[in-house]
Amino acid sequence: MSNGTFEPRLVGFLCNWCSYTGADLAGTARMTYAPNIRIIRVMCSGRVDPQFVLKAFREGADGVLISGCHPGDCHYQEGNYKALRRYKLLQRMLEQLGIEKERFRLEWVSASEGARFQHVVNEFTEQIRRLGPLNFKFDGGSHEQA
Amino acid sequence: MSKPKVAFYWCASCGGCEEAVVDLAEDILKVVEAVDIVFWPVALDFKKKDVEAMADGSIAVSFINGSVRLSEQEEMVRLLRRKSQLVVAFGSCSHLGGIPGLANFWNRETIFRRAYFTTPSTVNPDGVVPQEKVIVEGKELTLPEFFDTVRALDQVIDVDYYLPGCAPPRQLILNAVGAILEGKLPPKGAVLSPNKSLCDDCDRNKTKPEKLTIKEFKRPWEIFLDPEKCFLAQGVICMGPATRTGCEERCIEANMPCRGCFGPTDQVYDQGAKFLSALASLIDSKDEKEIEKIVQTIADPAGTFYRFSLPKSILGRRKMEAIK
Repeated sequence: MSNGTFEPRLVGFLCNWCSYTGADLAGTARMTYAPNIRIIRVMCSGRVDPQFVLKAFREGADGVLISGCHPGDCHYQEGNYKALRRYKLLQRMLEQLGIEKERFRLEWVSASEGARFQHVVNEFTEQIRRLGPLNFKFDGGSHEQA
Repeated sequence: MSKPKVAFYWCASCGGCEEAVVDLAEDILKVVEAVDIVFWPVALDFKKKDVEAMADGSIAVSFINGSVRLSEQEEMVRLLRRKSQLVVAFGSCSHLGGIPGLANFWNRETIFRRAYFTTPSTVNPDGVVPQEKVIVEGKELTLPEFFDTVRALDQVIDVDYYLPGCAPPRQLILNAVGAILEGKLPPKGAVLSPNKSLCDDCDRNKTKPEKLTIKEFKRPWEIFLDPEKCFLAQGVICMGPATRTGCEERCIEANMPCRGCFGPTDQVYDQGAKFLSALASLIDSKDEKEIEKIVQTIADPAGTFYRFSLPKSILGRRKMEAIK
């Protein structure tokens, strides 16, 4: 941003069993993808507390990605369905709080889909680049913060 | 020894918290016997200059209700903080932002436009809106500044304890006053109500099915509410799972679901997000389209989940630039 061009800052919550391994595969296969994403490994997409997503946006993320196993493939049977339900409701709530729904994404990426991970990150980065920075500011003081 | 000095003040609130103090009924006499009330604008004729004249730290405890939305309120709470040894945020508005905190979905401009121009009952042909300064017959009249963002008390000053509730129930107030007078206070920053969720204490908990699932969300007026069955099991949004107990279940007993006025437990920062998490996982579908449809049956997710806590949520407000 300092030289006037906008580089999106993305946070990605990736499940340990599928998507993180998929991202790892993209790395070991030397597939290049946009360096804009900061990856956080979680045990399951169902572990992603909506508070994590809100905090990422407050701390300066322009976009947040949750990625987990394909439906039916969850290591914990149902975690990704929980993630899907929360995602749909949280996306609605984010819009009410003035955060465009395009800034929040849920994708299924398996351990063998390195190329798909590459594609998702590149596409999401470009989408956020077009949307521009989020710049979420709360002018309510910070006497106590999460 | 002189009696400890106590002050009460109200900021952006409905007056219900003042009522809660008066509702102590004969017990208030015991309180009055034990303390000197040195400032209480709603009931006693002390002025700001009387507080200013007191030595710093000379008030034992100030009970402050209401959220902060005007510059005048900010000035008064800063003054009371300086003069007081303890500050207790009294009631939901002071604790979390409360109902006035819902104004954080808007800003000053849109609130003024609505209040002074577009409500059906407004008659304002000259387009008069409140000004911070106006000259009338050569004299300057002033009004406080109206902020874009409503804040909870601890977002403005340091707060020692929180008395939750809209309004705080009698027993919790008496417990708090007793603890202060006896000097048996918990660690600073404590919310003076048990640290567990409302469901833990709710009589209806036993009617909750083993696997609770919801196909369609309903609003309380859309169905005949069973007076004994768990509200969530009836498809009605009840904030109980994400709300602190201690309220004596006043709403539940009146056959209305919990709206969350006690705020979250100590383990949770953002009550609305945590409730969203719990509620969404009850949705009875694995199909994306169907989940979307079920989610649409919730009328106003953000306003419902953050009914009392928007200023104290992680984001705190709707993004300013998104308000038109």
